[in-house]
Amino acid sequence: MLRIVNGEVYDPINGINGEVRTICVADGKIVADTGAGQTIDASGMVVMPGGVDMHCHIAGPKVNLARKMRPEDHRGDMLPRTSITRSGAGGSVPSTFTTGYRYAAMGYTTAFDAAVPPLAARHAHEEFNDTPVVDKGFFVLMGNNEFILQNIAAGRPEKVRDYAAWLLQAAKGYAIKLVNPGGVELWKFGGNVHALDDEVTGFGVTPRQIIQTLADVSTELGLPHPVHIHCNNLGLAGNWETTLETMKALDGRRAHLTHIQFHSYGGKPGGLFASKAPELAEYVNAHPNLTVDVGQVMFGDTTSMTGDGPLGYLLYQVTGRKWANVDVENEEGCGIVPIEYKDKNYVHTTQWAIGLEWFLLINDPWRIALTTDHPNGASFASYPRIIRLLMDREYRREMMKQVHQKAVAKTHLLELDREYSLYEIAIITRAGPAKLLGLKNKGHLGIGADADITIYNKDEDKEKMFAVPRYVIKDGRILVEDGHIREDTYGRTFFVAPAYDPAIEADIREHFDKYYTIRYENYPVQLEHYLPQHEVVACSG
Amino acid sequence: MQVDNVVCAFCGCVCDDISVTVQDGRITQAKNACVLGKAWFLSHGQPSDRSVALMDGKPASLDEAVDAAARSLTQARYPLVYGLSSTSCEAQRQAVALAELLGGCIDCCTSVCHGPSGMALQGIGEPTCTLGEVKNRADLIIYWGSNPGESHPRHMARYAVTPKGMFIPRGRKDRFVVLVDVRPTVSARAADLFLQVKPGKDFELLWALRALVKGQAIDEAGLADTGLTLAQLTDLAERMKKCRFGVLFLGQGLTQSRGKHLNTSAAFLLVRDLNSVTKFALVPMRGHGNVTGVDNVMGWQTGFPFGVNFSRGYPRFNPGEYTVVDVLSRGEADAVLVIASDPVASLPRWAVKRLSEIPIIALDTHESETTRVAQVAFTTATAGISAEGTVYRMDNVPLHLKSVLPSPYPSDEQVLGRILTRVKELKPC
Amino acid sequence: MADGKLVLITGRSTKQGTGISTGKEFPDYQEATTVMSVSQADMIRYGLHDGDTIKLKSHFGETTVKCHSEDLPEGMVFMAFGSVVNKLVGNETYASGMPDTKGIEVELEKI
Repeated sequence: MLRIVNGEVYDPINGINGEVRTICVADGKIVADTGAGQTIDASGMVVMPGGVDMHCHIAGPKVNLARKMRPEDHRGDMLPRTSITRSGAGGSVPSTFTTGYRYAAMGYTTAFDAAVPPLAARHAHEEFNDTPVVDKGFFVLMGNNEFILQNIAAGRPEKVRDYAAWLLQAAKGYAIKLVNPGGVELWKFGGNVHALDDEVTGFGVTPRQIIQTLADVSTELGLPHPVHIHCNNLGLAGNWETTLETMKALDGRRAHLTHIQFHSYGGKPGGLFASKAPELAEYVNAHPNLTVDVGQVMFGDTTSMTGDGPLGYLLYQVTGRKWANVDVENEEGCGIVPIEYKDKNYVHTTQWAIGLEWFLLINDPWRIALTTDHPNGASFASYPRIIRLLMDREYRREMMKQVHQKAVAKTHLLELDREYSLYEIAIITRAGPAKLLGLKNKGHLGIGADADITIYNKDEDKEKMFAVPRYVIKDGRILVEDGHIREDTYGRTFFVAPAYDPAIEADIREHFDKYYTIRYENYPVQLEHYLPQHEVVACSG
Repeated sequence: MQVDNVVCAFCGCVCDDISVTVQDGRITQAKNACVLGKAWFLSHGQPSDRSVALMDGKPASLDEAVDAAARSLTQARYPLVYGLSSTSCEAQRQAVALAELLGGCIDCCTSVCHGPSGMALQGIGEPTCTLGEVKNRADLIIYWGSNPGESHPRHMARYAVTPKGMFIPRGRKDRFVVLVDVRPTVSARAADLFLQVKPGKDFELLWALRALVKGQAIDEAGLADTGLTLAQLTDLAERMKKCRFGVLFLGQGLTQSRGKHLNTSAAFLLVRDLNSVTKFALVPMRGHGNVTGVDNVMGWQTGFPFGVNFSRGYPRFNPGEYTVVDVLSRGEADAVLVIASDPVASLPRWAVKRLSEIPIIALDTHESETTRVAQVAFTTATAGISAEGTVYRMDNVPLHLKSVLPSPYPSDEQVLGRILTRVKELKPC
Repeated sequence: MADGKLVLITGRSTKQGTGISTGKEFPDYQEATTVMSVSQADMIRYGLHDGDTIKLKSHFGETTVKCHSEDLPEGMVFMAFGSVVNKLVGNETYASGMPDTKGIEVELEKI
């Protein structure tokens, strides 16, 4: 039992905004105060639920290929072992132990990998089992899945629905993920799509159909998190129109548009970017069915890794840096290219500014989450600095003086005065993402919640404050103090198991026999072996 | 009893459609398995009086042997953990934990097999795909320095040459197969075009191809010793540019010949260049059943795929410094833990000479040249036959290994776990 | 090859592969890993017949094996991986970790 007393509590889901309150913990959950238990005196400290990263790339074949590809990324940032913790490699693509420890040391207790090809789900689970502390889950790539494309084309959305449910169960995944829907399929012969009504050649479907069908499927299956969309044309000048069209195509359907910063570019194809964040933010503000996470770019060397295969190739052509590409049979693809964002570069400055514009222009903090699309925009280690940029207008202005001046002047960033409060930060880094993910026991400190709690020393410098919490409590146990891990434990993997009509299995089996190179029977992930600690989140469908 | 859809973990093909018949405690049939797979399955189940542990060749209890192994390893100044390519990922994870705790080196068969491909990945990246993409799309197949007929007998039939696929409706008829090697193997006979090259000239040929693919002129005189003519190379370059989806399967002919990672780098660069005109991928022909697994485990746990050292308490990577042949040949390792591998049989003699001078702790499923000279030898259950676990195919597809035959022996995972526990007791913190 | 030297390629073979499973002490593996394949031209050049004993010497060591004729280019010999042929393989990896397993210069002597 644990009692945290005298702390200023920020628990937006329960409407608590800095009140001094006692938080009590027993058996891994928040409980009513009984007056008993070990006490932490949090006087002068800020108490929040543990952080929730709803979109990062931390486990699976794409991430591991990036690790193996970038030995130089690790060197100079190695993590020696201690008597309690395993050693590891750092950098923008840290090894699994390092990933878990660093998230935890920063006060994050839940992290979701954004994109796993289900054929390699077992790999993601193996890496999760070596990622300490955080609770986790992953989204299953479906937007270029050939079984799905075929059945959309054949006008059989009910088969798409049953298959998607089967796939989520087989992979032990959490949500439906679309990455450049239709485009990655065409990339397998070197092509792509560029408009929502482009035909995915050979399949007779369009990105619009894929988006609408899978948004409907997510809703029908009652998944806790809506369809999660990486729009077509990521990274291209002028792509804001595709993004807007995607939003319109959703036509009231619930959807989450991810790393929206990368999809907010005006300008002409092949030319310089301009910011269209204001236009898109206005649309999102007016349409409550849509939520976003930012995908903030921060300056420095990092690694781009995306399920968007053709985008990976484009980045290779633009940067000339090393390039890995993996096309996964029947399902998806990925591209990996190291990337450096430079503060004196026009395009990079524009990207950085656009992300901040999004944070500052969206009215409802419950509908925007703080992410960097780790590591695509920057490492998750940069979250504290982003928080400072949002809370401290003076600091933001200082930083604006260091970037490409013409570029930042072309955005609205200079005019945006807004400063985030601690309450709002608590929303975009824990309460909001937990709600968006449909994790009822995360992101808040009400009775019955998982006892994932982060306690910060107050500091004027918000980056310092959020970089090294005083205490991090996971499942009711003090795991981290001042950045030091006290116990090497492992969290739970969350997944969904929506029901489906078993008749679909015959279709799937036939599909496997024709097109896969592994047996249908060997595809589903064995629950007891690969998810020794798990929690099934109920579907409401 | 028949068990279907069993995964064969012998070679990098990791076929998962084997139908195994178990009768009277033996495997009597392995339908669909190739000659290598059949030998692997059928060699299991014979009555064995082999002790679970041997110390200096004499039967010992598991406890005694675990203790002796742990002592040997903790007393060493530079212990080496090696092998791992024929065991489960679960065992591989224990091995990495042990190497880290001991502050020694850990290397796997990769360094003497496809380490050079891993190094090319580090320098260049890698345009690749899973084998189903080859089945469904590839109309041009090139085996370079590979003899799949003998090393991966079902590779052509199951993945790359014969199968019909979504965009390859006629199977073999829709494909053109090229084989490049220094000698006419059985695999060469299955190809449409066999290009016999001179040994040690792959680097020059691959760079010449890069030039031709980019439309640059080549001086024919420069090709004099390569075994191929300009006309042959030009023809190959044209085929590569004009195909719809080409795949280059690279074998040990590139990784083990003069040039090593320079050869593989040249191949990777060629495939990368080809992606500016068409779709092209490469797949290293990983040999052992789960060598890709240990690459992946080491990758996610340490950041590096092979040749890792933990002497400073964190992983460091350096081929030539921490790789098995070098660490042994220079006389640096003073104790070796070998898992699921037979280095006494497979390594060059000066490395083997060092093995004869230092304590060896060996885990294997049967007697081998290494276990015969080991101070401590454990007999373990074969992953995929008598122990469950995870295996990764050559294209990184992960599959779950079944246990189809009961075994009196513990798994590698279990034995390593026990050694790890004992080492922790002997070497607190 | 110049100066009567041959080039040795070591590699996998079916019998070497099955022998890993069935037992390295058995005839198939033994044969695969102790018999050198020699080109027809070189068999004639050295006056060899199938089953003859030959000595091979590399910079790193020597070994005595039997030979048999195979379809190989002149100047090339082949033997499957194993402890016998490894006596001829050097340990220099040129900082790559990988020794010269293929393309080793050897001298052949009929015994």
